[in-house]
Amino acid sequence: MATKILAEAGFDVAVLEAGPFFDPKQDEHRNQFRWPYESPRRGASSDRRSFGDFDAAYGGWNIEGEPFTNAEGTDFWWFRSRMLGGRTNHWGRISLRFGPLDFKRKSVDGLGDDWPIGYDDVKPYYDKVDKLIGVFGSRENIKNEPDGFFLPPPKPRLHEMYYINGARKAGIPVIPSRLSILTKRINEERGLCFYCGQCNRACQWYADFSSGTCLIFPAQKNGGRVQLFTDAMVSEVTTDKEGKATGVTYINKQDKKTYHLKAKTVVLAASACSTARIMLNSKSSVHQDGLGNSSGLVGRYLHDSTGASRAVFIPQLMDRKIYNEDGVGGMHVYTPWWLNDAKLDFPRGYHIEVWGGMGMPSYGFGFNPNDLNKVVGGAIGGYGDSLRDDIKKYYGSVVGISGRGESVPQRDNYCEIDNEVVDQWGIPVLKFNYQWTKHEVNQAKHMQDTFEEVLSATGGTLLGDKPGKDSDYGLTAPGQIIHEVGTTRMGNDPKNSVTNKYNQLHDCENVFVMDAGPFVSQADKNPTWTILALAWRASDYLVEQVKKRNI
Amino acid sequence: MLVTGCAPGETQTAEPVAEEGLPGYGRTEAEKLHDKEVLAEVFLNENELETIAALCDLILPATAMIGGALEAEVPAFIEFIVKDMPNHQLPIRGGLAWLDNHSLKAHNLEFKKITLDQQKAICDQIAYPGKTAPDMMPGEKLFTRMRNLTLTGYYTSKVGIEDLGYKGNVANTWDGVPQEILDEQGLAYEPEWLAKCIKPSQRGSVAEWDADGNLLN
Repeated sequence: MATKILAEAGFDVAVLEAGPFFDPKQDEHRNQFRWPYESPRRGASSDRRSFGDFDAAYGGWNIEGEPFTNAEGTDFWWFRSRMLGGRTNHWGRISLRFGPLDFKRKSVDGLGDDWPIGYDDVKPYYDKVDKLIGVFGSRENIKNEPDGFFLPPPKPRLHEMYYINGARKAGIPVIPSRLSILTKRINEERGLCFYCGQCNRACQWYADFSSGTCLIFPAQKNGGRVQLFTDAMVSEVTTDKEGKATGVTYINKQDKKTYHLKAKTVVLAASACSTARIMLNSKSSVHQDGLGNSSGLVGRYLHDSTGASRAVFIPQLMDRKIYNEDGVGGMHVYTPWWLNDAKLDFPRGYHIEVWGGMGMPSYGFGFNPNDLNKVVGGAIGGYGDSLRDDIKKYYGSVVGISGRGESVPQRDNYCEIDNEVVDQWGIPVLKFNYQWTKHEVNQAKHMQDTFEEVLSATGGTLLGDKPGKDSDYGLTAPGQIIHEVGTTRMGNDPKNSVTNKYNQLHDCENVFVMDAGPFVSQADKNPTWTILALAWRASDYLVEQVKKRNI
Repeated sequence: MLVTGCAPGETQTAEPVAEEGLPGYGRTEAEKLHDKEVLAEVFLNENELETIAALCDLILPATAMIGGALEAEVPAFIEFIVKDMPNHQLPIRGGLAWLDNHSLKAHNLEFKKITLDQQKAICDQIAYPGKTAPDMMPGEKLFTRMRNLTLTGYYTSKVGIEDLGYKGNVANTWDGVPQEILDEQGLAYEPEWLAKCIKPSQRGSVAEWDADGNLLN
């Protein structure tokens, strides 16, 4: 976002990306509309591409030659995607605004901290992001789920109608989902959604949001002076003797040499943890503990969303008549958090996502083809023609739901530099320290109780055992939901925060952080829309400060 | 085409095809290199591949209407995947050896050489989890793995997708569940919900809103 706003304001912008160039419109980069048999492993995941051969995100949980470490007792999962546009190429496109309560949670429950800004500060930018990028949804006027400038949502699919009915019976709200996918034209440049359900593969028509297709390419096209440096791994931000940033040092992955790029202002948006890593590795006489780290808080308050799931088998969905129900790349309906006013044994809330349908087969399809005979009756296993019948009988008969919740940020959950390990470029790597608290575990328990109630109300049979205390109620490991935020949190007090309310370092006026690092808390809402709104707001501020010669 | 046809033994000739057998879609350099290396590797031997082909044919034979696992080149898929996912290697190699040992004891011939009826008699003892005799459990483990790989290889192939009847992976305009399906299911869209949704005729015009966010077109 900074690239677009700053380039259009007349700045010379150099974008440094640690991976290669990527444009889904180019056929050699295109994964969209590929068939499973075009992949020798039929779309299976691998160490090189965690979410499968057709997923747009290079890398994932593992990047060869670029490790990270976990402190003893920590099981943090870190998903990185080294390519232009990074993780925005494959993300779920769920684009939710934070509501008024989400910026002021301490005032509600006494835990964590309030943001130094509120919904009214960010609202104008949410509005602008909606109009620039496009998001479908519906105006619902629900407390703490602000409406926006929506495109109309797609109609629910069959499995989603079963979920709607279940939710209605359980007394839980369900509304059209809010995804940044173009069901209707937003401008003449980008294409319309053609309902292939493959947003995670990146869209050759640019009908969904990714930062390359919707921000960087348009900035270049609009005559902005944008220079791309790909395969450029930034190791540190350099500073002068007054402590002011002078540019960045990076390693060119092609010739493996180190270069320095001079800059008047540096914007870090490498992802919350990668940005923290760069800052902690940027030590100088002025910034002895790392750039912007006089508070000692760089890397601290790292937090991810909570997650838990359950699935149901719906007998009425057996032996389905087959039609194309790929739909958009994600759910058409969801449940926003509905218990802001209830007294519960955990703070904060979660939303519920829905999945299912007659999707395209990939590696794993057909495994244990007739396990559901345990529910319906009939032989398990076997061979021959009966297997064809089993496959067709159960195709599209399972519906799943997943909770995504807000955790309470903890000072003691953090990433730091591991002085004992460097990556293949010689840069010290990150070490994670992270434990969930009772708040998140209790929230996961509540999710499982809700899932049981809603899924039972669909009339189906719940699958698997209900996750219990021994597994923390199915709570995902930290990092697994890939919503890393909080490592450079914003605030008014430099002793208690890393950036000010405009994403600008307290310690260094010409360095800004425009990823999710400055988040004080992250609601149960996926962070992307708020990253975009805050980056636009911060970029406007940056432009104004430069004009006033304050930077 | 990953490697040449499914006929046993032919994978040894796969090497020259491997170059052009690389996926024709967006791969990173590291991925291209990895796939090239895996394609060039040899893991399963001729006897193992022939036994796999026999099992594939038993698990999903052709029907009068459509090809089976052999027509869908499932053995070639398994030949690749066992190299790509090394966790399959020992269970498959060991399982196939167990199967031959068992067949040799009973019929003095390897599994691939006994009659179809004899093969089926063995399969009947190892294909139904929960009913397997304790000393036949290694066979059940192999058969379950082979069934999984055969079905996944088949239903991700062109033939298998046709058999399944999957209709997607094409550009289209989603306009809700077909009415006849709703009728069969006894379901209907709620009018209030439907009123919020996109109409196909509405798609093409550039969105405009009033100051409050109400869509005007």
